[in-house]
Amino acid sequence: MSQPIIEAKNISMCFNMTSEKIDSFKEYVIKTIKRQVSYDQFWALDDVSFEVYKGQSLGLIGLNGSGKSTMLKIIAGVLKPTKGTVTVRGNVAPLIELGAGFDMDLTARENVFLNGALLGHTREEMEAAFPDIIQFSELGNFMEVPIKNYSSGMVARLGFSVATIDQPDILIVDEALSVGDFRFQEKCQARIHKMLDNGTTVLFVSHSIAQVQSICQRIVWLDHGHVKRYGDAQEICEEYKQFK
Amino acid sequence: MSTYIQNFLKFKPLLIELTGRDIKIKYRRSVLGVAWTLLRPLMMMTVLSVVFSNLFRFQVENFPLYILSGQVIFNFFNDASTTGMNAIIGAKALIKKVYVPKYLFVISRVFSSIINLFASFTALLLVMLALRADMHYISFLAFIPLVLCAVFSLGVGLFLSAVTVKFRDIMHLWAVFTTALMYLTPVIYPMSILPDWMYKIVNANPLTNYLVMFRDVMLYNMMFSGKRFLVGAVEAVVMLAIGMIVFYKEQDTFILNI
Repeated sequence: MSQPIIEAKNISMCFNMTSEKIDSFKEYVIKTIKRQVSYDQFWALDDVSFEVYKGQSLGLIGLNGSGKSTMLKIIAGVLKPTKGTVTVRGNVAPLIELGAGFDMDLTARENVFLNGALLGHTREEMEAAFPDIIQFSELGNFMEVPIKNYSSGMVARLGFSVATIDQPDILIVDEALSVGDFRFQEKCQARIHKMLDNGTTVLFVSHSIAQVQSICQRIVWLDHGHVKRYGDAQEICEEYKQFK
Repeated sequence: MSTYIQNFLKFKPLLIELTGRDIKIKYRRSVLGVAWTLLRPLMMMTVLSVVFSNLFRFQVENFPLYILSGQVIFNFFNDASTTGMNAIIGAKALIKKVYVPKYLFVISRVFSSIINLFASFTALLLVMLALRADMHYISFLAFIPLVLCAVFSLGVGLFLSAVTVKFRDIMHLWAVFTTALMYLTPVIYPMSILPDWMYKIVNANPLTNYLVMFRDVMLYNMMFSGKRFLVGAVEAVVMLAIGMIVFYKEQDTFILNI
């Protein structure tokens, strides 16, 4: 088999939680002299390893605070792990939070181009994809409205439409489908399935086991930063349901 | 090195969008819109030249133009360094969620300052026309001090944005510092009125260098001295290098402190 498209090796992520946040230089100097800068170490991830091959879909499940989002952020390149390495072979479209790249003061149309550029698309590509975005998000009448006047469902629809215009090698979806009505959720799932069929690798985080079961083939079950189970989706999902 | 350049090229569209956004947001909901980039420096210059030509009379030929040219350089530096300083903090929401080379935010702010610089430069030309000042071909060389000043400002912006993430005090300090710096740059007074010890300090200010070079070609129809050019170029490159090194070392900690 070829090389894995995502290879996470012994990832550990440690956050230094200062008892209070030190923002100013004065505080820093005083506290350093007094040796009061105390760090509480918090290991959000501890020695997590897994591999994903091209075209596979991997689900990350676990309770709140188990390190799922931290893991996704490391793969997306937003965070650097304290220990271990992640090798990602391909371009990543992160849906860590829908509408993350939106500027509330700009109109939807301007945001589409800004967000497209964030994902590495040129202006021409975005112009070509624009009708598709309008059609998928069903927001044709609201393109000249500043995003700050949008409802959260509308922002999510626009965000999903922009992030999935082309065929990224890796799509990261973090709870993104939990907003929006059921009809839109179904539409999104259909689109994700289509991308999977076309060879996109999907990393999926959701608290809805039904969604995870429908989309993912393999699962990493995180529990307090440790890998509790790693393997076939159906089996682990059943176990996870029991665990609950 | 080539991976850095590739990465930069990949995100070039983003740089353009970010710069456009900075400009758009600044003039959103104003009736005259982008026309303000030209109108604002023009109006500011009118006020300043009226005030200063009547209040303070230094022995300077064409005093309004003397001030205005000073304003062009100093305001550019002030604008670029201050907005560059706030670039990383302002892009908080993005940096937390999407991977983007972070220096782009600083560069985009400096770029939008450069666009404002074009506007204030145009305003200066308009005033020169209105005052029937002589125009010379050598003025085309004005781009040299402007480019040097832009490189210098980018270095300052990168440096400040990186340290501000950790210590927010810098924001307040910098506002005070630029005010002091304005009086250490010969914007409103001629260098000849300075006592000897003051002259040395003012002359050591990198901005003085760029400003004197700028005035030489714009107003006095003469080539700037090679020494000023060399010193100015070295200062710009050194500042950029410092900014890049500090920024590069700090950038992975941004997300933890932002």
